[in-house]
Amino acid sequence: MSIRHALLALLSEGPKYGLQLRQDFEARTGEVWPLNVGQVYSTLQRLERDGMVESDDEADGAQRGFQITAAGDDELRAWLQAPAGDVPPRDELVIKVMVALAVPGIEVAELVQAHRRHLVELMQRYTRLKEDVAEHEVAVALVMDAEIYRIDGLIRWLDSADIRLRRAPRPEPGAAPPPPVPALVRRARRLGART
Amino acid sequence: MTPILELLHVSKSYGEGAAEVHALRDATLSVATGELVAIMGPSGSGKSTLLTIAGSLEVPTSGEVRIAGTSIGEMSPNDRARMRRRSIGYVFQDFNLLTGLTARENVSLPLELDGLSAKVASVAAIAALEELDVGDLADRFPDDLSGGERQRVAIARAIVGDRQLLLADEPTGALDSVNGEAVMRLLRLACQRGVAGVVVTHDAQLAAWADRVVFLRDGRVIDQTHPAPGPELLLEPGSRS
Repeated sequence: MSIRHALLALLSEGPKYGLQLRQDFEARTGEVWPLNVGQVYSTLQRLERDGMVESDDEADGAQRGFQITAAGDDELRAWLQAPAGDVPPRDELVIKVMVALAVPGIEVAELVQAHRRHLVELMQRYTRLKEDVAEHEVAVALVMDAEIYRIDGLIRWLDSADIRLRRAPRPEPGAAPPPPVPALVRRARRLGART
Repeated sequence: MTPILELLHVSKSYGEGAAEVHALRDATLSVATGELVAIMGPSGSGKSTLLTIAGSLEVPTSGEVRIAGTSIGEMSPNDRARMRRRSIGYVFQDFNLLTGLTARENVSLPLELDGLSAKVASVAAIAALEELDVGDLADRFPDDLSGGERQRVAIARAIVGDRQLLLADEPTGALDSVNGEAVMRLLRLACQRGVAGVVVTHDAQLAAWADRVVFLRDGRVIDQTHPAPGPELLLEPGSRS
C-alpha cells in the first residue's frame, strides 16, 4: 500500500495539517489501515524533499500545513492509473479505488475499467499458458488455475465496486469524510486484510 | 485479413418517447476469420442485443452490419435468411438440441433445411462431430449425453458445413468450470480452423480464452484488450510484483 500516494490524494482536496491527514486517511479507509503520526510526518518530509508537497515553513509540528504541488498532482494521477504490478496485492487495488473517490477530476468508473482491462489481459496471458499445458501436467494446470482465480477475484471486486459506485451519489468535492464504519464491519475487514 | 463480421456505428433502441430504451449506442466492431472475440459487460449492457444484431436476427435502428463484406441491410429477406442458415452458427447456453433427434440428426438438420440431401448432410454432420471428438456419440440422443457432450454436439451443429461466423451466448453457463473451459478451448480451436467467433459472457475467466475482449457498458463499446505480450513474460524472474 502506498501511504505516499494516499497522502497526496488527501492533499488534492486542499491544504491540511499532518494530524488531520492521519485522521482523514483512517476515516476514508474504515480504519483498516491504521497509520501512526510518525509515518505520516516521515512520508510528508520525503514528499517535500521530492517536490511533491510544500509546507508552511513558519509553523512547526502539528501546526505545520502541507499542500500538494503540480508535480505531486501529476504523480498522484499517474499512480492511480498505473497497474500495480502483474497481480496487485488486493489492498493496493482497493485503496487506489477508495483514494480515487476523494480526488477531484478523477472519473472513478474509468479508473476501474483501466484496472479491469489490465487484469483481463493478464488473465489472457495465464490462459494461453494453460492452453499449452498437456493434460497430464495437472500440477502446472493447478498453479495456473490458482493465479487465474486470484485475478478473477479482483475483477469481480472491481465489477461490484463499479455497480455500487454507479448506484451511490458521488460526494461533493470538499465534503466531510464518510462516517466511520460500524465496529463489527471494521473488525471483519481487519480479518480480511490479514489474509 | 478481411473481416467476416463488421458492425459500423450500430445503434438499437426499443420503444418510443419517454419509454425509449437504448440497448446499443454507436457500436463498432470487426471480427476476422480465425479470431475469437469475447464481449464482456454487466447485465443490461447490450451484449445479447449486439449478438442478435450480429446474427441478423434483429435489425439495427441505425448503422450498418456486414457479413463477409455484404451489407445485411441491402439483402432481401430471403437472401438474409439463406445467409443466416449457411454462414452463421449459434451456440446457446442451454444447448437447444432437439431431444427426439440423435446427435447426428441434430447436426445435419440445418444443412437439410438448407436443401442438402440427407446423405450429404449426414456425412458433413459426422465430420463436424468428429472434429469435436464426439463422432462416436453420433447415434445417441441428447438425453443420453452429459452436459459437456451436449455442448460439443451444439458446437458441431454451429460449425457444420461452410459456416463463417460462430456466435455464442453464454455458452458455458450450464456447465461446471472444467467443462466450461473445455467448451472455450473448442470454440477457440474452431475459430483457428477458419471461422470468426463472437462469444458473449459476463465471466472474465471464459472471456480470457478469446483473442480479444471487448467491454460493453450502457450499450457502448468502452474499451478492449490490447494484443497481449507472450505468456512467457509471466515466467521471467522479476516480472511479478
